[in-house]
Amino acid sequence: MSDRGLAVRPGEPVARAALPVLEPRAWRDAIVADVAAGGRLLALFGAGEAAAPTLHAIHQDRAGQLRWSLAPVRGSWPSLTSECPQAHLFEREIWEASGAVPEGHPWLKPVRRAPGTAASDGAPPFFAVAGDDVHEVAVGPVHAGVIEPGHFRFQCHGEAVFHLEIALGYQHRGVEALLAQGPDRRTLHVVETLAGDTTLGHATTACEALEALLGVSVPPRGHALRALGLELERLANHVGDLGALANDVGFLPTAAYCGRLRGDFLNLTAALCGNRFGRSLVRVGGTGFDVDPERAAAMRDRLAAAARDVRDAVALLFGAPIVRARFEGTGVVTAPAALDLGLVGMAARACGLPRDVRHEFPPLAYRAGRPPLVVLEGGDVMARARLRAEEIERSVGFVDGLLAALPAGPARAAAAWPAPLAPGHAVFGLGEGWRGELVHVLLTDAAGRIERWKVVDPSFHNWSALAMALRGEEISDFPLCNKSFNLSYCGFDL
Amino acid sequence: MSLAALVHLAVHAALVFALAPLLQGIVNRTKAWFAGRRGPPLAQPYFDLWRLLAKGAVYSTTTTVVFRLAPVVALAALLTTGLLVPMGGWPAPLAFAGDLFLVAGLLALARFALVLAALDTGSSFTGMGASREVWFAALAEPALLVSLAALARGLRHDLAHDSLSAIYGAMSPATFTAGAPFLLLVAGALLLVFLAENGRIPVDDPNTHLELTMIHEVMILDHSGPDLAFLLYGQALKLQILGVLLVGVLLPVRTGVAALDLALAVAGLVLLAVAVGCIESLLARLRLARVAQMLTWAGALAVAALVLEVS
Repeated sequence: MSDRGLAVRPGEPVARAALPVLEPRAWRDAIVADVAAGGRLLALFGAGEAAAPTLHAIHQDRAGQLRWSLAPVRGSWPSLTSECPQAHLFEREIWEASGAVPEGHPWLKPVRRAPGTAASDGAPPFFAVAGDDVHEVAVGPVHAGVIEPGHFRFQCHGEAVFHLEIALGYQHRGVEALLAQGPDRRTLHVVETLAGDTTLGHATTACEALEALLGVSVPPRGHALRALGLELERLANHVGDLGALANDVGFLPTAAYCGRLRGDFLNLTAALCGNRFGRSLVRVGGTGFDVDPERAAAMRDRLAAAARDVRDAVALLFGAPIVRARFEGTGVVTAPAALDLGLVGMAARACGLPRDVRHEFPPLAYRAGRPPLVVLEGGDVMARARLRAEEIERSVGFVDGLLAALPAGPARAAAAWPAPLAPGHAVFGLGEGWRGELVHVLLTDAAGRIERWKVVDPSFHNWSALAMALRGEEISDFPLCNKSFNLSYCGFDL
Repeated sequence: MSLAALVHLAVHAALVFALAPLLQGIVNRTKAWFAGRRGPPLAQPYFDLWRLLAKGAVYSTTTTVVFRLAPVVALAALLTTGLLVPMGGWPAPLAFAGDLFLVAGLLALARFALVLAALDTGSSFTGMGASREVWFAALAEPALLVSLAALARGLRHDLAHDSLSAIYGAMSPATFTAGAPFLLLVAGALLLVFLAENGRIPVDDPNTHLELTMIHEVMILDHSGPDLAFLLYGQALKLQILGVLLVGVLLPVRTGVAALDLALAVAGLVLLAVAVGCIESLLARLRLARVAQMLTWAGALAVAALVLEVS
């Protein structure tokens, strides 16, 4: 079945020569057919010569198998987007970086408007609606709160939103270009700062890919500590989001509680490694820090106390009819829309799609165990809020179990770092950050250096869902919908 | 003007004008207490006003004289209104037959000036805020007028021939025992109008920074320095004025001693501020479309009070 791409698994390197090179039209048709039959697109990017790139696609076929295929591009390729909407940002990204045109792309605009790229000249127009009572509202990139920059363009009819277009790129730092010079001593630092709230998610996913190329095997205790950090990261963010959702509807009790409780979970991460966001916990070969039994016991006590308080705050939130009236039916993303847009992670699970990398393709950190899968129907703000509350419960239980029975042995295997990687290989790491699926694709050159490092943050897929959720919604509910997704700007902008 | 009238004017003005920002301070402290925080000092609204008055103002080049006039017009209208509302059963310094309509007119004038200034900025946010403000005012103003008309009728007074001071002066604990249901209907309508007109939860969140959800706050986004101080002080006055009208219905205790009656009225206002703090701590904001429903309810309560008394 090499005409559909090489069957691959995350964390298992393949020789780059083994990746099948297809004719662009056949390559496109195969992916479109697979996605239409229930598959999806994990990553689509260009590598090699900037002006004439080779397109790499990693997609899941109808049987659930991941496939990696290549297509060389000379100036243009037949666009996937018209039949496979989830490709739209990927294709715009490739066009922006290389100038090669996806023929037939319905909305070809730069993604990040990075200076010096082929598509950066001139400000492209926004989608506009005309009519007597239609008005346009432009929000950002500078916002009233201390949040990341992004521009939102609403086409409104009174209070109702016809269309929302989101323009990001203000935080583009050239991360992928920085990583492609590696591996070096700053590689992990750059990975940890891809998206600050997903420090551990990105670091673990990247390390699993790097370790596969280095042939390093992480001891069980290292995997357990990574899983511990990942779940603490999920807990802190979910708790903080519930508080932020309460704050957005002006419900003070939960907002005030959760603000403090998020700190409690961050402090648990700090108890692991000395940094509240988990910087330098994950290192090539394992973890940079270990936990002694006394500290593990103390962490269990603090976890139990924080979890108890979270239960109270959550009960207050969902117990208030006025809050439920705001959450229910607001910002709905239907399951078919979620499938079309290729949503991942939490946002997809709140639409009834069982998408969780921890269960579909368990990363090494979760091979020994994982929290149960939570899937909710509805796709509204309520579903996304409830999903967080449920996942908090599951993760608390999982973390407590981990702390009670950490595997014995060292937390880190001896590994030379930074060291040359397996030359001429390709590998991708998959992880489930608290928002959703993290993809790190690494291609090495003949000298074992990184030639291309592609990062796909879950926000890259899910920003489109926010735009869809706003259709027909009141514009005054935008902050609430936005918070219910709580997507990353810098994770998108890279 | 007699000395007594001067003293009366001075005391009334001091109570209404000087106390107004304090109420906001009390609301904020109550909310902080609920959230387990210490909260800002009670006098923080005064400090804020002082800070803003000492600053310069920035004007956008799109704005015209309308934008600069609005804070002055709004503040002048609200200051005058402050002299028209009776406190503690004692007549207001300004009182004449039908002054109720002047009160309603002055409140509307203040709003009109703000809305014009908001539209003058040309910003889509402030325009949206202005649209919402007018939408809700169209429902809140009738509710306010009808509830006061109901109150007047219930106390065997006539809106056209009696002053607000005379109507409120006729209130006593006895009226409460005689017509509690009707008075509660009026108080209910006034409370809803009070919350909506002052942009409190569940209608508007005075603490939010999210431009797209704000109503009142978004209209004054472009004002700065002394202009903003005028507008913020105007908001405090509005809270005080509508609060006085509400407390006058709920707390019609008359001792016959002016100082004591006024002290009771102030105590009532403080209690009201605490109650607002509690409401804001326990409720969430309504969806915007629901606010219109809530104000329709206020109108319905007011009409019910009117009908109840007439029949």
